[in-house]
Amino acid sequence: MGSKNVRVLILKDGQILAKGLILSGFDQKAAAEKLFNEVLRKAGLSRDDIAHIVATGAGKDSAPYANSEISMVGADALGGNFLYPSVRTVIDVGAETSRAVRCNEEGKMVDFAINEKCAAGSGTFIEAMARALEVKLEEIGSLSLEAKKTISMNAQCTIFSESEVVSLIHEKASKADIARAIHDSIANRIASLARRLGIQRDVVLVGGVAKNVGFVSSLQKTLEVELLVPEEPEFVGALGAALSSLEGGGSGK
Amino acid sequence: MMKEYWRWPEYRRTVPGKDWTRAEVVTAGVDVGAVSSKAAIMVDGELYAYSIMRTGASSPDSANKAVNWALEGTGMKLDDVQYVVGTGYGRVNVPFADKAITEITCHARGANYIWGPTVRTILDMGGQDCKAIRCDEKGKVTAFLMNDKCAAGTGRGIEVIADLLSVPIEEVGPMSLKVEKEPEPVSSTCVVFAKSEAMGLLRKGWPKETVLASYCSAMASRIAELLKRVGVQEDFVITGGISKNVGIVKRLEDIIGVKALPMKKEFDPIIAGAIGAGLFARELYEKERKDA
Repeated sequence: MGSKNVRVLILKDGQILAKGLILSGFDQKAAAEKLFNEVLRKAGLSRDDIAHIVATGAGKDSAPYANSEISMVGADALGGNFLYPSVRTVIDVGAETSRAVRCNEEGKMVDFAINEKCAAGSGTFIEAMARALEVKLEEIGSLSLEAKKTISMNAQCTIFSESEVVSLIHEKASKADIARAIHDSIANRIASLARRLGIQRDVVLVGGVAKNVGFVSSLQKTLEVELLVPEEPEFVGALGAALSSLEGGGSGK
Repeated sequence: MMKEYWRWPEYRRTVPGKDWTRAEVVTAGVDVGAVSSKAAIMVDGELYAYSIMRTGASSPDSANKAVNWALEGTGMKLDDVQYVVGTGYGRVNVPFADKAITEITCHARGANYIWGPTVRTILDMGGQDCKAIRCDEKGKVTAFLMNDKCAAGTGRGIEVIADLLSVPIEEVGPMSLKVEKEPEPVSSTCVVFAKSEAMGLLRKGWPKETVLASYCSAMASRIAELLKRVGVQEDFVITGGISKNVGIVKRLEDIIGVKALPMKKEFDPIIAGAIGAGLFARELYEKERKDA
């Protein structure tokens, strides 16, 4: 139950049976309900076939029917390590929070660092910058890969960065160069979050922002570490939550 | 064009009853801030005329415009000004300045001029930063702390909420005080998140004044933190644009338990930095003349 999207994933004997994603919108509870039914239909199951439901994410209280819940960092650790058993660090960049999680070889979370106070270290930052640059969110990542020049941004704050992007446009910097500056800027903040924890290989990048190739490239350069990126990084938290029911990792309600 | 609720009034003023042509020293202080540009023309160390306007895309242009507007109608030309000190975020970009001095130094000096030698703590709440400054009886800075990294607790944060609620920025403060019971402050620090939170409150059916109260209260506690870290010693004064927002000032005073000295009606607290710069200009001019 993320601040922007709700995701539902059904696991059967450790295999993903079906999954889906929907905008949280005004009424996250209703959105989740609707999506849950849709995913059940996709899997050809009814509610009674589900042995255990685990909720995670900022809005996990909007899923009162869940049998247990797990913290976002715990879910990240389990999900990331399940996809890549060699993973010891999971970096999750979502719409409004970012997290760096250290896990052991069993996928148990051992330490974490989190930012949920400042939009400048989350997907919201890129959304706001894409708006200021008048580029579609889906395109800003690939656009930044075409950058020829490195520009560094002075501002940290999302609000101040918006003005800085506008100034850069006035100074006739190319959109690609600005896009790269934007991704370098957020990559710096995510990197310092991850460094607070200490980077231990392998490192997997998850969360919706991991789909942004420009961000992946900037973060890789900043951290000087190869990042593993799953095909559908926005489902790793939901996957981890589902896995916790198998291992009894979630806490009962 | 959409109404721009954040837009505050720009204006200029000449202090009545002064004749600059008989003056010994005419100096100017130009404070090019991130959001507003201010020019103060000082005649023998007294404020003579000033202007306050929005900073444009270019700092040199903004400095030129501000000083020329302050001079408008006075018969004085920029050439008549013997020494100019630039200050503020864009201080190195004041093309006609003889020297640049940081705004912290200038604000302390300006506050000392406006309110007198009893001032010990100055809070300068500007468009894109917020500074807590301590000074001695001469207006010399003894300590300071500033936030220029985060829009929360700066004028920019108020502009965002004024726009969101379609409330003209000058009305944000008075409107926020119209609540009968003080609501919980907005829990998000970040302006971006606070904006979504405020939107949620509106959707829940909160009236505008309650949302503003909640927002102003969060902002006041954030600014109070900065002040507490530097320590508040009386007399306490507030300069900069947000000093005009009674909703924040009142709540801030309640939190820190200290009242700010009231505004002096002949001095707009936004121009404290420009006045300080103008006063330094006079000292520097006289020193150079003596040395020559």
